[in-house]
Amino acid sequence: MPNGARQAVSFKDVTLGYHRHPAVHHLTGSLDKGALTAIIGANGSGKSTLMKGITGMLKPMSGEIHIAPGETIAYLPQQSELDRHFPARVVDLVAMGLWNKRGLIGRHTGADRARIVAALETVGLSGFERRGIDTLSGGQLQRVLFARVLVQDASLILLDEPFSAIDAKTLSDLVDLITRWQEEGRTVAVVVHDLDLVRAHFPMAMLLARRLVAWDETRKVLAPRNLEQARDFQETWDEAAPWCHDDDHDPQGGIPHQHGADAEADRIAGNAP
Amino acid sequence: MIDTLYAYFVAPFAEYGFMQRALVGTLFLSLGSSPVGVFLMLRRMSLTGDAMSHAILPGVATGFLLFGLDILPMTLGGIAAGLVVALAAGAISRITVQREDASLAAFYLISLALGVLIVSLRGSTVDLMHVLFGSVLGLNDEAMLTIGIITAVTFAMLAVFWRALVAECLDPLFLRSVSRLGPAVHFVFMAIVVLNLVGGYLALGTLLSVGLMMLPAAAARFWTSRAETMALVAIAIAAASSVSGLLLSFHAALPAGPAIVLSAGAVYAGSLLLGTSGIIHSRTAKGHHRIA
Repeated sequence: MPNGARQAVSFKDVTLGYHRHPAVHHLTGSLDKGALTAIIGANGSGKSTLMKGITGMLKPMSGEIHIAPGETIAYLPQQSELDRHFPARVVDLVAMGLWNKRGLIGRHTGADRARIVAALETVGLSGFERRGIDTLSGGQLQRVLFARVLVQDASLILLDEPFSAIDAKTLSDLVDLITRWQEEGRTVAVVVHDLDLVRAHFPMAMLLARRLVAWDETRKVLAPRNLEQARDFQETWDEAAPWCHDDDHDPQGGIPHQHGADAEADRIAGNAP
Repeated sequence: MIDTLYAYFVAPFAEYGFMQRALVGTLFLSLGSSPVGVFLMLRRMSLTGDAMSHAILPGVATGFLLFGLDILPMTLGGIAAGLVVALAAGAISRITVQREDASLAAFYLISLALGVLIVSLRGSTVDLMHVLFGSVLGLNDEAMLTIGIITAVTFAMLAVFWRALVAECLDPLFLRSVSRLGPAVHFVFMAIVVLNLVGGYLALGTLLSVGLMMLPAAAARFWTSRAETMALVAIAIAAASSVSGLLLSFHAALPAGPAIVLSAGAVYAGSLLLGTSGIIHSRTAKGHHRIA
């Protein structure tokens, strides 16, 4: 384990989930400062849940997520969460990135507006400030959302499936931007589905299947054995799954949670009675 | 000519105190209520205003049962009942599997039945009609003051929370990632809705108060595609509907509340047809396109 000063986020036996069913189960490890990590895994494997855990939107059922002091977080949720029919202009959406600086009522200054214009220029959308967001293509909208991340100017950047449904040119531009963020010393974690893309651009990878399968250098994580293990994972929700008793050892306690299809695996691993 | 115009449009307000009061009351209400309606619409909660207008009834009715037709107890009762229903429906959707629309439906139906029952314990049909349909032409000082305070509070709350309200509609997950205000904003907004419905009830009654809130907002949507402008257009429509409804009521001896709401309805129908994103414009715009 790297020492504390190098860690941007550390997970100590973290279980995250919904309605007492785990979506990320007993995760331990850390995101090093300045690391560029791809978070991979099938649908329902806990990737988005983990991001919500890091941002603090979802409290762990057990364990602890520690964000290093001074870290600021920029989080880009999946596009499907955005109301594209809301009457807002591109500049309004990008300006949301100023929240940490200006808060609820702080006035946006001339410098703020200049930053918004510069961010839009960086993502190749100069002159789009006054366009309604309902007129943008999927790729343009994703560029606008990246501009918002730029405006947030955070040390820890979390992107949830930023590459879904965008063309090759946009993909290449956005990957360049992510690489630049890492070069600037920012910690970046990205949920990605395309393994070729992960191999080509992400030095580190975390493979999830509702539990951690592997978390290491990308080439090690993408070893056939790991991918096979993750593929065996099935998206299930077993109402009658037995209770998980790992937390009996947790000095801070924790919410009892049930196991789904992985109950059998736990039994084999000796985690459950 | 000028005399005729004066007689039709100015004299009723210049010469009759009750019309002046009704005008000031409904204009205040237009200022606060219609921007709230814009946000209800943009949050896809257009019918929530209707549900909440029923939810305040048991509180109003309890005030009426205990103190008669006295504004203050009925107002406080209405605010209390509305807040209880809004908080309960929101809380249930957060801690159980039930969505907010379902829990709100359950609560408002219970509230409505309870309200009618309470009114019937003491009042006559006339009293019930007063509570349900308001008395815009009989606004007293106390009622005017209450509406004024509600409008001022609404304006202050909207000014403070505007950015958060927009963020919560546009990208709620993002707001939750940068601020703990997310869930709080929803409750603050519901409190503003309740306040304005109670204000509206004083002038228009529980059943029609939602009309001045939602119809101008729905009409404004056909004229602009920016939230700020939409709120201003909605205020203008609500104010114009108030004036027109009061005049209609005065000259044709119609009940004022329905006349105001029907005026807003007429503006809605006109906007639907003639607005920049209304039916006619979107039909005739076909066939024309820009070069880039």
